[in-house]
Amino acid sequence: MNRKPRLLTHILLLLAALAYLAPLLWMIDTSLKHEVQAVQIPPVLIPHPVRWQNYVHVLRDPQFDFSLFARNTLIIATLSSLGAMLSSSLVAYSLAKIRWRGRGLVFGIVLASMMIPFPVFMVPLYRIFRELGWIGTNLPLWVPAFFGIPFFIFLLRQFYLTIPRELSEAAVMDGCSHFGIWWRIMIPLTRPALLVVGLFSFMSAWNNFLGPLVYLTHQSSFTLSVALQVYQSRSGGTSYNLLMAASVLIIAPVLILFFLAQRTFIRGIATTGLK
Amino acid sequence: MNDRITLREQLAGMAFAAPYLIGAAAFLVFPLAMSLYYSFCNYSMLQPPIWIGWTNYRHLLTDHAFHTALWNTIFYAAISVPFTLALSLFLALLLNQPTRGQGIYRTIVFLPSLVPLVASALIWQWLFNADKGLINSVLRPVLHMLGKAVLSPLAGMLGARHATIESLRHISPPVWLGDPHWAMAAIIFISFWGVGQTVVIFLAGLQDVPRELHEAAEMDGAGAIHRFFNITLPMLSPVIFFNLIMGIIGSWQIFDVPYVMTGGGPGRSTLFYSMYIFEAAFNQLRMGPACAMAWIQLLIILFLTVLAFASARKWVYYA
Repeated sequence: MNRKPRLLTHILLLLAALAYLAPLLWMIDTSLKHEVQAVQIPPVLIPHPVRWQNYVHVLRDPQFDFSLFARNTLIIATLSSLGAMLSSSLVAYSLAKIRWRGRGLVFGIVLASMMIPFPVFMVPLYRIFRELGWIGTNLPLWVPAFFGIPFFIFLLRQFYLTIPRELSEAAVMDGCSHFGIWWRIMIPLTRPALLVVGLFSFMSAWNNFLGPLVYLTHQSSFTLSVALQVYQSRSGGTSYNLLMAASVLIIAPVLILFFLAQRTFIRGIATTGLK
Repeated sequence: MNDRITLREQLAGMAFAAPYLIGAAAFLVFPLAMSLYYSFCNYSMLQPPIWIGWTNYRHLLTDHAFHTALWNTIFYAAISVPFTLALSLFLALLLNQPTRGQGIYRTIVFLPSLVPLVASALIWQWLFNADKGLINSVLRPVLHMLGKAVLSPLAGMLGARHATIESLRHISPPVWLGDPHWAMAAIIFISFWGVGQTVVIFLAGLQDVPRELHEAAEMDGAGAIHRFFNITLPMLSPVIFFNLIMGIIGSWQIFDVPYVMTGGGPGRSTLFYSMYIFEAAFNQLRMGPACAMAWIQLLIILFLTVLAFASARKWVYYA
C-alpha cells in the first residue's frame, strides 16, 4: 500500500531535479561548444570536440579583463563581509545583552529598515557619495557594511539571546568588561552564526548588480556582474558559447564556496525563518 | 550603586551600537529625508534642487510609462509571490520524504538560488532564445506533432473551418522574449527557478512539526491530506508568513533579471518599477520623479506588509 506514493515521490523528485539542474548543465554544455555547434538545430547534446579554448578566449579577451574584475569583486566582497561581521556582531551584542535606554527603539529601526526598498536611497546616497568624492571608487560598495547590516544585526541578536544570562553575569563578577564578554564568550560561542553572516555578505556583494551599476563609472573598477552585463550587450553581441563560459567563471567561485561551507549555509538560511 | 551601573550600561550599550547609530543616521535617516525632499523638487544632480511642491507626484498620474511599470510590477508580484510560495512548500514536502539521495536532491534544488542574477538572466535568455534556444528546440517538434496528430484532426471532427484546421497543423512555440506576454511569463518562470532559499526555510520549519501530532492523528484514522491541512499547514503558518513578507518585499524590487534579459522590452512589457526609477534617475537625470516613485514604492510595500500582518491574526498560528 505504501509503494505507490513512494514511487510517485521518486518520479516527482527526479523531475524537479531535472528542471532545476538542466539550465546549469546546458550553460556548461554550451560553454564547451564551438560557436557554430552551439546554435545548431536540432541541438547537439554532447559537445564534440570539447572546446576548452572558449574559457581561454574569455580569460584573454582584451575587452573583458576577467582577472581585474574578479579582483575588484573579491576586494569588495571581502571587505564588506569583514565589515558586516565586525559591526553587526557589536551592535547585536548591544541589543541583546546590554540594558540601555533606547535599545528597543534602535531594534525597531533595524527591523523596519529591512523593509525599505533600495531605490529610496539610490539618489540621496549617490549625492552623498559624490560630495565625498567616492563615485567611481569601490568605497560606496563596502564602507556602509562597517556600519552594521540590519538583517545580520537581527540574525546575530537572535543568536546572542540564546546564550544564557548566567554566563555573562559570571563573567561580569570576574571583572570582565562588556568588550571582554563579547570577545571571549559571545564570539567563540556563536562562531557558526558569525560565519553565516560572513558567507551571506560575501555572496550578496559578489552577486550585487544594482549597486555597482550605480556607483562604478569606469570599466577598470567594474565588478564581475556589471562586467558580464557589459560583455553581453557590447556592440555586435557576444556569441552564446563565450557568454556561457563567462557565466560559468562567475558562478564557479560561489558554488565552490557553497560546497566548502554547505552545512553553515543551510543552517544559516534555515534559522533566518524561524525566529 | 544601581544607578551607577545603569549609567555605565547606558554608555556601553550606546558605544557597542555606535556603528549602527552613526550608520543609521548617515545611510538611513538622512538619505530618507533627502529623498523625500527631492521628491518635491526639480532636481538633476547638476543644479541645486528647486522646490516644486506636488508637481512630480501629479505628473505621475499622467505618466503612461509609470502606469505600465506599476501595473507590470503588480502583475508580477501577484502571480510570482503566491506561486513561488506554493511551489517552495510543495518542494519542501517532497524533499522532506525519506528517500535515497535526499541530500543530493536538496542540493540540486538549492543551487540555482546561489547563481548571481545577472548570470541567471543570461542563462535563461539563451534557453528562451526563440530560434536556437533549448526550450523551443524541445517544444517545436512536440507542438508540431500534437497539432498534426491530435488537434488538427480533432478540429476536423468538430467541423471547424478549413483555415483553423490548417493553422492547427503548424503550431509553433512562442517567441518568448520577443513577445510582450510571453516575456512577462518568462520572467515569472525564472522566479520559480530561484526558490531554493525559501525551500530550505520551509524544510527547517517542517523539522519543527512535532511527530507525535502526526502519529496521534494517524491513529485516529486521519489521512495524509487531512493531516496536511490540519497539522502541517497550521504548524507551518509562521514560516509561511515569514516567506510571504520576504516575497512581497523582494518581488516589488525586481530589477536584475529583466534589466539584463529584456531591458524592459519588447515595448515596455517587462518594464518594472525599480527599472523605471533607475532609468528616470540615471539615464534622464530626473531625480525628483525618481524619488517620488521610490517613496510611492516604499508606501506600497509598507501597506502590503501591514495588510499581511493584520491578516496574520486570522491564519498564523503560534504554538
